[in-house]
Amino acid sequence: MQRVGVFVCWCGSNIAGTVDVQAVSEALKNEPGVVFSTNYQYMCSQAGQDIIKDAIAEHKLTGIVVCSCSPRMHEATFRKTAAAAGLNPYMVEIANIREQCSWVHKDMLTGTEKAIILGKAAVAKVNLNAPLTPGESPVTKRALVIGGGIAGIQTALDIADAGFPVDIVEKKPTIGGKMAQLDKTFPTLDCAACILTPKMVDVAQNENIRIFSYSEVTEVKGFVGNFDVTIKKHARFVKEDICTGCGACTEKCPMKKVPNEFNLGMDNRSAIYIPFAQAVPKVATIDPNYCNMLKKGKCGLCAKVCAAGAIDYTQKDEYISEKYGAIVVATGFNPISMDKFDEFAYNQSKDVITSLEFERLTNAAGPTAGKLVRPSDGKHPHTIVFVQCVGSRCSACAEKGKEYCSKICCMYTAKHAMLTRDKYPDTEVYVFYIDVRTPGKNFDEFYRRAVEEYGVNYIKGMVGKVTPEGDKLKVQASDLIANKQLHIDADLVVLAAAIEPDKSARPLATMLTASMDTNDFFTEAHPKLRPVESPTAGVFLSGACQGPKDIPETVSQAGAAASKVIGLLAKDKLTGNPCVAHSNELMCNGCSSCERVCPYGAISYEDKEFRMPDRTTKIRRVAVVNPAVCQGCGACTVACPSGAMDLKGFASAQIIAEVDAICK
Amino acid sequence: MENKYLQEELIRISGVNPKKCMRCGKCSATCPAYDEMEYHPHQFVNMVESGDIEPLLASKSLYRCLSCFACIDRCPRGVEPAKLVEAVRLAAIRKQGANHLTADKVPAMLDEDIPQQAIVSAFRKYSK
Repeated sequence: MQRVGVFVCWCGSNIAGTVDVQAVSEALKNEPGVVFSTNYQYMCSQAGQDIIKDAIAEHKLTGIVVCSCSPRMHEATFRKTAAAAGLNPYMVEIANIREQCSWVHKDMLTGTEKAIILGKAAVAKVNLNAPLTPGESPVTKRALVIGGGIAGIQTALDIADAGFPVDIVEKKPTIGGKMAQLDKTFPTLDCAACILTPKMVDVAQNENIRIFSYSEVTEVKGFVGNFDVTIKKHARFVKEDICTGCGACTEKCPMKKVPNEFNLGMDNRSAIYIPFAQAVPKVATIDPNYCNMLKKGKCGLCAKVCAAGAIDYTQKDEYISEKYGAIVVATGFNPISMDKFDEFAYNQSKDVITSLEFERLTNAAGPTAGKLVRPSDGKHPHTIVFVQCVGSRCSACAEKGKEYCSKICCMYTAKHAMLTRDKYPDTEVYVFYIDVRTPGKNFDEFYRRAVEEYGVNYIKGMVGKVTPEGDKLKVQASDLIANKQLHIDADLVVLAAAIEPDKSARPLATMLTASMDTNDFFTEAHPKLRPVESPTAGVFLSGACQGPKDIPETVSQAGAAASKVIGLLAKDKLTGNPCVAHSNELMCNGCSSCERVCPYGAISYEDKEFRMPDRTTKIRRVAVVNPAVCQGCGACTVACPSGAMDLKGFASAQIIAEVDAICK
Repeated sequence: MENKYLQEELIRISGVNPKKCMRCGKCSATCPAYDEMEYHPHQFVNMVESGDIEPLLASKSLYRCLSCFACIDRCPRGVEPAKLVEAVRLAAIRKQGANHLTADKVPAMLDEDIPQQAIVSAFRKYSK
């Protein structure tokens, strides 16, 4: 039998105003195991904690119950108090008689009655508590960042600055991501390349950072502090350490008709290519789908002109294994496909483009050297129609659009409209919007400037259809304020396509056992209080893989994720949560139910020898919980059909004892 | 709320939930009969939602809708305005006391090609 002490807190008048604390401490004196019971004005204060410590020593208490506020508030405090007095901290139980009692009741009688019941339940539980000791595991002091866009770059730089080695895995031949494709950035209009490329160079020069470009993560094993990761380095047929990035090969390559993905297919590149001038690493890559040498064994021009001798047509994919303590997901986003939006004639006319294509058209390093012209005939467009919410806020068809707001389109459309009017004042610009959403510092001012100073025509309504006719695009749209249907002859139509998580995110989430929402955005451990952590320990989130984000927000989240990683890597050992699941192997029938429901991949199976009553041995498959990975959610205990799974600190017997105490 | 009963009836028979509308106006933007209509597709949704149904019942717009279903196809929220127009149209046609004919005018219109069943049903309908 335990020797239980009960400590009832007044919380000033927060509890004592609605609960007769004296009556509670008196009533709980008679509960089984209780040898001491008292109440005090502020149990969490130093004086209150001293009462607890003294009582533990004087009455040789083996367990304590504190009737006070929510355990979220002060459970940690009272566990420390108990530990300081030599009691195992897991012999402390909290009865929440504030949030769950005094704050929700007005009547003293009901409040007191419920407080006593909650206290009884806590006493019943602590009688079955056993001392628990958290396990320890070592930490590999190296971080992995998956994705080399601005999110991954910023996270890697911040982690490296703290002195920890970081590896960036990027599936494209260069880091830089979407930001490298942008022209200017809202709301300050500084040039994206001017602020991004110095960071890319920082990454390349940082001694703590390794870049695995043209690479993918193919396998993740292990748990927080101890991940084993396999990275597949695709063969680029160019020796990375020898290539100087001079570009002679790209000039001589005879295969020049490859759609240039960096310019979204609006111009061509050669089969051997460097994505853009500021690429990091600045190394050529051979596209095996177009290279004549790799396809037909004829050509070899690039190898002939390469002064460094970096070309290697025999290169194979390479697999690298590395250990990491923490993993940051920064897989980013893509605009959705416009194929299903027949009404906007995207596939019928070259002059209907997406906003990202517009970025390339206005970018000095883009296919037109920054001259805004129609992709069809190279003429200057005089009337431009921007359509917002193309595929965003669309609940009608999941295959066509996305139900969420893509968040960045209002601002970049305002930017595009403003820049067009600034550079080409003879251009008439229309923006069709449903709502203009500008929650951000200096955002609304920016949008209003587009309207008031630059004369952009903002029209409340949606475009219904776009019909190419001759060299014009007939735009039919609603003007809801004027209650009119508008017909505009446009030269260029720009669609603000919704954004979606990169397609690589879903298989990666499966590898990491990190959870996702229905839109394939990674979910955070807590939407408000733990926004950069995945519920899977040791996995962190950075940038648009977690939800639509602009650059300022991405950079702040990237920094926040880095600080969480640094906090983890700074530790030599990780103290686990001892309230984890464990399996009674004599009862386990190896059915795999627990393994299937475990969201963290903490359960595995092993074949174990058992001695049978007839002195034979039998090999049975039984569940084993890895305590370093288990988060103590309890899903397995519910799924287990034989009752073999149980949760330490929240054992079924303890929960039943609480229920019995309440129902008595 | 002007006409609660009729509003609920329209929502029931059309299966349209006007509250799903986010006021983007794509239905009216896409409507080929827009200029022929006094009330446009988005206004049907809006006016049924606010119970302002009498003006719709009296409007010629009901018969200008082509039932081409372009608004249904394009609506990003799945509101289906054309179904609502159809429901209001049915309500107008079936409204009691709004018959265009009276029973005593029927005999003059009869000819030998009219089937017997149609004559009986016309008398049944217009004598009410």
